[in-house]
Amino acid sequence: MPRIKLEPRAQSSRLMTYLSPLLAVVLTLMGAAVLFAILGRDPLEAYRAFFIDPVSTLYGIGELGVKGAPLILCAIGLAIGFRANVWNIGAEGQFILGAIAGGGVGLFFEPLLGPLTMPAMLIAGALGGLMWAAIPAFLKTRFNANEILTSLMLTYVASLLLNYLVRGPWRDPQGYNFPQSKPFDGYAVFNPFFTGTRLGLGALMALLAVVGGWFLMSRSFLGYQIKVVGLTPAAATYAGFNQKRVVWFCLAISGALAGLAGVNEVAGPIGQLLPTISPGYGFTAIIVAFLGRLHPFGILLAGLLIALSYLGGEAAQISLNLPVAVVGVFQGMLLFFLLACELLVRYRVVIGAPAVQSIAA
Amino acid sequence: MMKRRDFLIGTGSAIAATAALGMPYLARAADKLKAAWIFIGPTGDMGWSYQHDLGRQAVAAKYGDRVETIKVENVPESADAERVLTQLANQGSKIIFTTSFGYMEPTLKVAKNFPNVYFEHATGYKRAPNVSTYAVRFYEGRTVQGTLAGRLTKSGIVGYVGSVPIPEVVGGINAFTQAFRKIRPDGKVKVIYVNEWFNPGKEADAAKALIDQGADIMCQHTDSPAPVQTAEARGVWSFGQSSDMAKFGPTRCVTSNVDNWAPYYVKRVGMVLDGTWKSTDTWGGLAAGMLVIPPFNKTVPQDIASEGYKVKQAIIDGTRHPFDGPVANQAGEIKVAAGSNMPDPEILGINWYVQGVEGDLRK
Amino acid sequence: MTELTAILVSMVLSATPLLLAAAGELVTEKSGVLNLGVEGMMIVGAVVGFGAEYNSGSAVMGFAAAAIGGALLAALFGFLTLFFLANQVATGLALTIFGLGLSALIGTAYIGKPLPHLPLLDIPGISDLPVVGPLIFGQDAIVYLSVAVTIAIAWFLSRTRLGLVLRSVGENHEAAHALGYPVRRIRFLAVLFGGAMSGLGGAYLSLAYTPLWSQGMTAGRGWIALALVVFSTWKPWRLLFGAYLFGFFSIVQLHAQGLAVPIAPEFLSMLPYLATILVLVIISRDAKRIRLNAPASLGKAFRATA
Repeated sequence: MPRIKLEPRAQSSRLMTYLSPLLAVVLTLMGAAVLFAILGRDPLEAYRAFFIDPVSTLYGIGELGVKGAPLILCAIGLAIGFRANVWNIGAEGQFILGAIAGGGVGLFFEPLLGPLTMPAMLIAGALGGLMWAAIPAFLKTRFNANEILTSLMLTYVASLLLNYLVRGPWRDPQGYNFPQSKPFDGYAVFNPFFTGTRLGLGALMALLAVVGGWFLMSRSFLGYQIKVVGLTPAAATYAGFNQKRVVWFCLAISGALAGLAGVNEVAGPIGQLLPTISPGYGFTAIIVAFLGRLHPFGILLAGLLIALSYLGGEAAQISLNLPVAVVGVFQGMLLFFLLACELLVRYRVVIGAPAVQSIAA
Repeated sequence: MMKRRDFLIGTGSAIAATAALGMPYLARAADKLKAAWIFIGPTGDMGWSYQHDLGRQAVAAKYGDRVETIKVENVPESADAERVLTQLANQGSKIIFTTSFGYMEPTLKVAKNFPNVYFEHATGYKRAPNVSTYAVRFYEGRTVQGTLAGRLTKSGIVGYVGSVPIPEVVGGINAFTQAFRKIRPDGKVKVIYVNEWFNPGKEADAAKALIDQGADIMCQHTDSPAPVQTAEARGVWSFGQSSDMAKFGPTRCVTSNVDNWAPYYVKRVGMVLDGTWKSTDTWGGLAAGMLVIPPFNKTVPQDIASEGYKVKQAIIDGTRHPFDGPVANQAGEIKVAAGSNMPDPEILGINWYVQGVEGDLRK
Repeated sequence: MTELTAILVSMVLSATPLLLAAAGELVTEKSGVLNLGVEGMMIVGAVVGFGAEYNSGSAVMGFAAAAIGGALLAALFGFLTLFFLANQVATGLALTIFGLGLSALIGTAYIGKPLPHLPLLDIPGISDLPVVGPLIFGQDAIVYLSVAVTIAIAWFLSRTRLGLVLRSVGENHEAAHALGYPVRRIRFLAVLFGGAMSGLGGAYLSLAYTPLWSQGMTAGRGWIALALVVFSTWKPWRLLFGAYLFGFFSIVQLHAQGLAVPIAPEFLSMLPYLATILVLVIISRDAKRIRLNAPASLGKAFRATA
């Protein structure tokens, strides 16, 4: 029996960096074929529903951006933190606070600010997310409280706060007391850039964040510090890098980006404040960050792929009558294969008896 | 089609091939009428979405080959709803039921873009030439429950597990309390909101807390059978919600407020088939068969049960109104004078408690 | 029963599923593996356990099947992260998505089917004692199991050789490997244990707490369990404290609403989360002691180089 062995590569394989996701998709398709066959569906039709139908129209391609933008915005910020071992898993809460702060400006100050409303909303949204992330940063640097717990717990608090606002003080007076704010009006509405799609400012900001994130991490001294703190904290201390400052910076930037995503979501595609404004973008963004190998361009691709899998899930329900449960299983499978195939980037698989190898050597 | 062609010219061949692959599929199955539903939760929630899906199944059973039903589950009331609705309309759905309040704005937006598709929005209040609204007068069932509870209670304390303080829930609590206090003028209704529509564990916790605080009647406006189950275990009378929860409280579940969307769905899809669909507002209750109260538990004493059935019949006949005056608020001010009934718009948007409900409802 | 007793009894019950899942995750994390898929393993345990009890009529079978179901899902995670060296954080999250879908698929047949409640341990005379009686003697078997397992884990980690090995694997896998310990095998077993415990936690919900199956019924408790492990600073005793603390405030806020406390229900619902943060801040102030407890290799992939 041949032995299968993993050998680390001296350098990450460039070829495999691009090939491994493709391999993963092929493997997912094979696995899914079995799943769909069990459920009595034609695998080819299922593939088409999942991967092609959703993006076969201009509107569909635009939706890929609409769904992907908040994921990418959140993931870029999270990835910067993850590089420094700062485990912000509360992007969801920061997203909500961004929507509250930015949305609040849009609801109450639009007549006053006029054309300045949009920039003011963006700034307020970023600050809202930043402030919410500043709580774990403060508790971490001042009291040593683990940010995994604090940022997660604050997500629930943020969601309840939004619920309180839209059912209480911010409720639409013309809305029969239903839980919703009045729709954004005038300058507070972020219109799409292209007619026939909903692509707008959110998508543009996601792209800017990708480029900005890349510049920060690859081209700036601060990015270098972040990476050193993450890889070898001892060396960072030796080099005199202020670790507390890195914690603050990482949480602030990821909070601000999540907050921006939040305000873009409510002022753009949603158009008002509602009790539910995010279908878990902040959590899914964690997967996106790692799937993109914490690299901004990787995150861009990963965000679009995950967005496609959601769109595909909807399309599969529409055209194949697949229950939503199958969609979850399919998404899980895709992610498993993607994550497992990454192995090939860093390792080479050697097949063959070790004895033969030593003779050859 | 125009859009697609413009787009193909402007982009690369890879996407062109992609789109071409998609087309034959889209063109297929145009002969059947496509009726679609979008759901806020999974249809396996045994509550709200489950009942709507039973309605969808009734449509499928009634019209057989003439109608293809489509369902999309777990559609968040966020930016996603608008996309799912657009895709449904793009793929040829002729009538689309949006089964949660939060779909209101997306429904109206998409309806504007697809004037030839009919939309039906549940529990909302905004309409358009191709958008109807429909809801169930859940509160009518609460009057029956309140009457039964008034006779069954010993402590005079009712525990009410609420989801979120919106008019639909508040109205139910008020209708219950009005009927309850007609029989037990000293009775109190305690409310705990769990801030979720569906979380069995938390609903059970709330039910326990209420029973521990002296409630011997358990009422709920959440979607899981957990409060009914908890009441059964503690030997307390209960009333189920959304679906018939009798199985979860074999000896103590008095009855349930069952949403029955099937007659409405069958009628509306039939109207599309006949070409008679028109935008309307439907708010049906017991009389319309949209709210169903299953026979009471055999453990309920006969005289109490017959009183309950009489109240139910009176509501169906229109001789009893759940909010017949006098209706007083918590401060004791008369909001509906004796001899008159609360008008529908007031019921629809109610945001104050009647006398007998404990706790503050912020305005 | 006084109100306080009632709160305490409900507190213990609501903490039990959290405690079971968190205790398993604690062992997994102590071996150096971070599995964020607790929610997915819990919900699969819930449905598998329900199905097993529904078809066999035996609650014991239900819990056993749930443990196996949770462990199988964990095995998938272990396989991917330990043998394919997949990223642990992302794989765990993917496991949750997968588990939620899989459980819904399995559970279609069980929607709307009731099961009987678990019997309570009732000792006439003692169970009637004030406060202590209902609190300690009026509970079901799994409540005792959850406490016993937590104590056993504390003993295992601090007093047994195998526990020491497990901790050293989590602390420094290179060194443990150099000493000849089978790092991967130990981690895999710890992952399986974590999965089995999450499965039990899920089954506690579907078989004991609210004996019914419905999709998504774990409702985010897996996340709370994960947070509790962090809260405990990887000490089993603190885990017990954390689970009961969270349970206490979850129940107290409901009682406060019932007593018509004039605070918006949304704010009252924030209580358990804010209380957990506050207490974490208080117990975290001594930085050095916590750093000694956190497994140093947590979340890092290991591959034998020699």
